[in-house]
Amino acid sequence: MKSRGIKELGAGPVITFPGNSLSVKTGSWRSSRPVSLKENCIDCLFCWLYCPDMAVNVAGGKMQGFNYDYCKGCGICALECPGKKGRKAIAMQEEEKI
Amino acid sequence: MNVAVAVTGNDAMAHALKQINPDVCAAYPITPQTDLMQRFSEFVSDGEIDTELILVESEHSAMSACIGAAAAGGRVATATSGPGLALMWEMLYVASGMRLPIVMPVVNRALSAPLNIHCDHSDAMGARDSGWIQLWSENAQEAYDNLIQAFRIAEHPDIRLPVMVCMDGFIISHSICRMEYIADDAVKNFVGWFKEKNALLDIENPVSYGPLILTDQYHEYKKIQSDAMERVFRVTTDVAAEFEKISGRKYDLFETYRMEDAETSLIVLNSAAGTSKDVVDEARDRGIKVGLLKPRLFRPFPHKQIGKILQHLKAVCVLDRSDSFGAYGPLFTEIAASLYNYGGKPRLLNRIYGLGGRDFLPKDALLAIEAVVAAAEGKTDLALKEYLSIRG
Repeated sequence: MKSRGIKELGAGPVITFPGNSLSVKTGSWRSSRPVSLKENCIDCLFCWLYCPDMAVNVAGGKMQGFNYDYCKGCGICALECPGKKGRKAIAMQEEEKI
Repeated sequence: MNVAVAVTGNDAMAHALKQINPDVCAAYPITPQTDLMQRFSEFVSDGEIDTELILVESEHSAMSACIGAAAAGGRVATATSGPGLALMWEMLYVASGMRLPIVMPVVNRALSAPLNIHCDHSDAMGARDSGWIQLWSENAQEAYDNLIQAFRIAEHPDIRLPVMVCMDGFIISHSICRMEYIADDAVKNFVGWFKEKNALLDIENPVSYGPLILTDQYHEYKKIQSDAMERVFRVTTDVAAEFEKISGRKYDLFETYRMEDAETSLIVLNSAAGTSKDVVDEARDRGIKVGLLKPRLFRPFPHKQIGKILQHLKAVCVLDRSDSFGAYGPLFTEIAASLYNYGGKPRLLNRIYGLGGRDFLPKDALLAIEAVVAAAEGKTDLALKEYLSIRG
């Protein structure tokens, strides 16, 4: 989001236009990212349910990967992922190694 | 009709709050403020007013609840003292930063340790940088008048900032004095209807309070807040002019007493100004050209206007009822800042008095006058900062 000057900002730090978190891309905070291993995914959607942001893409009841514009890399999805036969469907990778 | 009454400072502040009938009040008892909120809660319990009174478990919660209620779109008040104000500290900055026009009597009390419940200005001075407007009051009448005006200043569309109304603990809060109540209707009309802004309860226009503002905008929001403080001088003066019409009493940003041809002056806040005025009169009778200046608006501080009044004097003695340990008293530093940019530079002395409710007696005011006269006469071995009447 573009930084605003004192003439554009309101008196108090109040958000008066709902849904503006879409324009604040928090993906740059991430030091490691979740990577989807589709072969182990059972589409339980635990990752989507537990994600504190809305960084898990889902379409037609299927897990479709991550939205890296907003994913802060907290790793909750990888922790909660039950995977298939003990093999996780989400792995965390350090950003600098990608 | 305005009526003359004999009441305590706490009675007077509670009566003003009753006449204003705020939407929400969240408070926690602390001496010497307890009695103020106790009286106010009686008005609520007796059905005389319809304020939503929230009893909370601490002052931190009291201020938090006030912030929530103000953000929801209500006219909100609370009151506190000493350590209670200290416990509110984190939330004071939230109230001012969110630009919520909360009004709060502060019944000035010392901070621990040693534990002491008596009058001292350390509480409000500790909060002087919190972004709250501060009005200080010499007696119950001024406390009552300031409290009514505080709502108009806080809620002014150019300001939208919280206001503290300071009054000396026990000396004023618990002493009975003669004063005048303004008629209920006149107060109601003066304060007017509360106009909410960005109210959380306005569900047609949803808003969010308390977002994270990082390095790219925080600096700007603080500049906007600082600019709002600069407008307080004008608004306080305008509100005082309107208030004079319903009360007959004249208020300014500060009061000057016998300053017309003064060569020296005392500077003092709140109740000690009353005692000092008597001693100034006695000194004047003996031909000593001393005056007195009592700030009413401490935040924002009218440096320019006060500097203009003091610049021609030979010496000034600033009396502080709190200390900034290892530095000068908080009032002293403001007076020094008021004078530095003007041509004439009177000699400045700082005297710390009355900590923890120690009586400020005429003899103490006389000591201050003797010191400021000696400074004006060129005596060079005077201590710049000294505790008055200390037991050796």
